[in-house]
Amino acid sequence: MSRTADVRLTPTDAAPDEQSLDGPIVRFDGVGLRYGRAPEVLKDLTFELEPGSFHFLTGASGAGKSSLLRLIDLALRPSRGLIGLFGHDVARLKRDELPFMRRRIGVVFQDKRLLDHLSAFDNVSLPLRLAGRRIKDYRADVTELLTWVGLNERIDARPAALSGGEQQRLAIARAVVGRPELLLADEPTGDVDQAMALRILRLFVELNRLGTTVLIASHDEQLVARSGRPVLHLEDGRLIPAGAAGA
Amino acid sequence: MSGLLRRKPRDRVAPLLPPEDARDGALVFVVAVLCLLACLAVVAAIGADRAAHGWRTQLSGSATVLVRPRGDETADGAAARAAEALAGVKGVTEAAALEPEKAKALLEPWLGRDGVLDDLPIPRLVSVDLDPRAPASLATMTQALKAAAVDATIDDHSLWLKDVLRAGAIARAFAIGVAVLMAAAAAAVTVFATRAGLTARQDLVSVLHLAGAEDRFIAGLFLARFARMAALAGLIGALAAALVAAAARLAGGGAGLTPILPLAWTDLLPLALCPLAAAAVAAAAARATAMGLLKNMA
Repeated sequence: MSRTADVRLTPTDAAPDEQSLDGPIVRFDGVGLRYGRAPEVLKDLTFELEPGSFHFLTGASGAGKSSLLRLIDLALRPSRGLIGLFGHDVARLKRDELPFMRRRIGVVFQDKRLLDHLSAFDNVSLPLRLAGRRIKDYRADVTELLTWVGLNERIDARPAALSGGEQQRLAIARAVVGRPELLLADEPTGDVDQAMALRILRLFVELNRLGTTVLIASHDEQLVARSGRPVLHLEDGRLIPAGAAGA
Repeated sequence: MSGLLRRKPRDRVAPLLPPEDARDGALVFVVAVLCLLACLAVVAAIGADRAAHGWRTQLSGSATVLVRPRGDETADGAAARAAEALAGVKGVTEAAALEPEKAKALLEPWLGRDGVLDDLPIPRLVSVDLDPRAPASLATMTQALKAAAVDATIDDHSLWLKDVLRAGAIARAFAIGVAVLMAAAAAAVTVFATRAGLTARQDLVSVLHLAGAEDRFIAGLFLARFARMAALAGLIGALAAALVAAAARLAGGGAGLTPILPLAWTDLLPLALCPLAAAAVAAAAARATAMGLLKNMA
């Protein structure tokens, strides 16, 4: 049985400057998003994610879950409103500051986005390489993580040689290998069986226990219910308050 | 023992860009051809410069004095006095009156040997060799002849010298222009290839971006790849140009392909810079293009 997230669905009165953004890891204030001249896919989103929180993001297909995650991982800019990330107004961030913000976020993409020419090991270690770490410093950690997600025998395999479930686990390993402060996952259990889904959920819970803020977009009602974590529910691009879902 | 434990520990990371594909081979070929042409232009420029320098040395190192006898003075006497006057001028290493036979020999190509020369008043000439480091000026020599009361006209070859210098400068500028044009063409090819590479690897660039890669890091991947390819192409082009130039040198004997374009073995040394220059041009073009394109990405 899931419970609705403890999110604020009313606009805050605070001014959108950097000082007012201290506190929550993620803050949305009146955020809207449209692609080109099309109608808004996200409308008036206002919520906050506190450090160390764990939320699920639910909603029907096309409700805007992936778009919301893309706003948080800085792949998109909002059409209106304010987004705060780690206490910074993202609209005021310079381009050369974005990579350092992104390194604090781990993302499991719905389409996985694995690099076909790299081995499982090299795919997982990518965030560590980009952060400037050397292979001798992370070799053991990456190998251990691959073992944990059950890919220790496929460490040299290219993504094309892996099954859908193995690719999904690889994508998750890549997202968490750098111990991100914020973990975003878009349907992370879509291609795995229930046992592996629970195992992945346990990994996310463990990371959350270590301090990582987690937001998971999922269709898996069983998993959401079993987790007992708060839920952000999107309907037609809007966040629906507690108890109003499906109304 | 598990497969994991048997596996040799990794100590190297895989390249982030996929291995080269067929398009890269075509790019190497095109840039190598451009480098070959640029190298040949450079060799031609060096040869033209050497030829112009040789001609200039020859022309500026000597002067010819046409002597006209005065009054009862004999032509031989006037020539001897002119040679004596000029020999004492600073910047003149030697001044000697030419034998009439030598003067006739100079005119033979135009007037023939059929006796016409014997009927003509052949002017007496004085040949003057100048110090190549500090040659005497026309004014100084004229002054010396005037002081010795010799009626003469000095030809210091300055008319020809100007033409030779102009021709040498034109040949040099033309060759340098061709080399620069080839470098620009190589840069344009690299820009095109970088654009194509970035577009083809959009998925990779997107993943790198979202995983926290900086623009300059991503641009650096393309810079390194194209610099490496251009260096290889530059090496191939330079070696091919060296072979062509060596063939020209050998075919032309010690003087080179022709006396107009003398080549020395040392002229091939600058070609060693071609791989470096090609890599530098490609690196600059790839970096500028990649940074420009990445700025337009999210």
